[in-house]
Amino acid sequence: MQRLSILEIREKLRKKEISSREITEYYLSRIEKLDPQIKAYLTVTREEALAQAQAADEKLARGEELPLLGVPLSVKDNICTKGIRTTCASRILENFVPPYDATVVERLKEAGAVILGKTNLDEFAMGSSTENSAFFPTRNPWDLERVPGGSSGGSAAAVAAELCAGSLGSDTGGSIRQPAAFCGVVGLKPTYGRVSRYGLVAFASSLDQIGPLTRTVSDAALLLQIIGGPDSRDSTCYPEAQPDYLSELEKPLPRLKLGLPKEYFGEGLSDEIRIKLEESFRELEKLGFELREVSLPHTEYAVAAYYIIAPAEASSNLARYDGVKYGLRLEGRDLLDMYKKTRSQGFGAEVKRRIMIGTYALSAGYYDAYYRKASQVRTLIARDFEEAFKEVDLILTPVTPTSAFRLGEKTQDPLQMYLSDIFTIPVNLAGLVGLSLPVGLTSENLPVGLQIIGPHFSEPLVLNLAHRLEEALSLNLNPPPE
Amino acid sequence: MAISREEVQHVAHLARLEFSEAELERFTQELSKILDYMEKLSELDTSGVEPTYHALNLANRFREDEVRPSFPPEEILSNAPQKEGTSFVVPRVIK
Repeated sequence: MQRLSILEIREKLRKKEISSREITEYYLSRIEKLDPQIKAYLTVTREEALAQAQAADEKLARGEELPLLGVPLSVKDNICTKGIRTTCASRILENFVPPYDATVVERLKEAGAVILGKTNLDEFAMGSSTENSAFFPTRNPWDLERVPGGSSGGSAAAVAAELCAGSLGSDTGGSIRQPAAFCGVVGLKPTYGRVSRYGLVAFASSLDQIGPLTRTVSDAALLLQIIGGPDSRDSTCYPEAQPDYLSELEKPLPRLKLGLPKEYFGEGLSDEIRIKLEESFRELEKLGFELREVSLPHTEYAVAAYYIIAPAEASSNLARYDGVKYGLRLEGRDLLDMYKKTRSQGFGAEVKRRIMIGTYALSAGYYDAYYRKASQVRTLIARDFEEAFKEVDLILTPVTPTSAFRLGEKTQDPLQMYLSDIFTIPVNLAGLVGLSLPVGLTSENLPVGLQIIGPHFSEPLVLNLAHRLEEALSLNLNPPPE
Repeated sequence: MAISREEVQHVAHLARLEFSEAELERFTQELSKILDYMEKLSELDTSGVEPTYHALNLANRFREDEVRPSFPPEEILSNAPQKEGTSFVVPRVIK
């Protein structure tokens, strides 16, 4: 049963070569054995998963065909699951049990998936290493002394270490793509609005997007098919139906023009990453694609703009944690004191830092200088991409400046941590598609990711190109044996 | 320093947070460093540039105003730290 993709599992289930119970128990036993070291899960829903597997086996026996019937997956713990606690890796939501499923979870269940549990993250998805979890950091299966990336670090580590067949994460500034790159798995941030955010705990509403982390590109296409599409419960969700991504993968590609933005390959990019990317560029040329340089001149302003816009939205979204409706409450002298004590005890340092930046940027006298200015720069960054997409079909960049860093390496310097998001943030600001594909290992045996960026709703093209390169490289990356 | 200790204290109050002396010191330094970095944006002339608040230009989407299923009060109250009947309980507001 080792190292199966979702599509392989589905095939074996349909052919009755394995049962859903067997594959579910396989992952549960791996979680039991390996997760005490990796710590990818905040909650393992063993009983529920086995019951879902049994129900799936009954349906399989009756010959029912659902797209994910009996396939064991995991879900990042900022996505609401009915009756299963959803903590956002925060003390303030430590005991929060949602009375409803997020749209994406509802769709996974309707598709017959088995849900193994909820994965760790940086508190409220704020961070790039999963070290900001209020409970414990997750470790990178490739090297337990290193971070898995973040904020969807639990999901990426769980897929890489085979503690689930695939996972859902969320991406506000790179939180799917960066951990996918650090852990050697595929991570897709869809176009803003492609996937409903109903039931995703809000961090920065104009940037947040749910997407899959998987072993293969085809698996990412399949999961997107299930979770994406219109949803009347999220007014920012795009109303048009989705194409059939898996059949799009089989379509022959024309001689695409692929852009390499010069601003992404300058100083600050580690040589090892550069070398691996250049190898995959040569593969793409061999496949008949045309590579050419493009320019995204406002790239250097993206981090500053993002770290105003995202905290501003977060400071507003996180005002709801007031000790009244749900979550932690600490007693105080009066209402104001109760609010302050609850929020000061309930939030960790990075969340408070971002609430402070955001509150400051939105406060009287500073709004124009910070929030409005950053939103104007956001326009310039989006225009850079529009211009580039007049010349090329897709854009290729690194996902991260370096491979996975060590635990503790950046926790003392928040700004250094922010700057590590430089290659992923612009995609969120412009609402584009971004896919992180593993393209090799460094000399220290750490995964390297290539980012494919496409225009709004270009998921079929992005997935198709990623699939071609995945086949050509034929890497089959697996972390060192446990 | 891009931001003073007093300003940090004021912003903390606006955000309904409170800090110890040590935290106040640390946040003042960290926020100053971060805000200094944000100054980078002032290098750009953005006069006449429309701000982007939303990545897709979707207009408001309307639906019929009709009764749909909603959550029963007991489910909504199930996570409340303190409740009474069908109400959330907060500390006394009016003396």
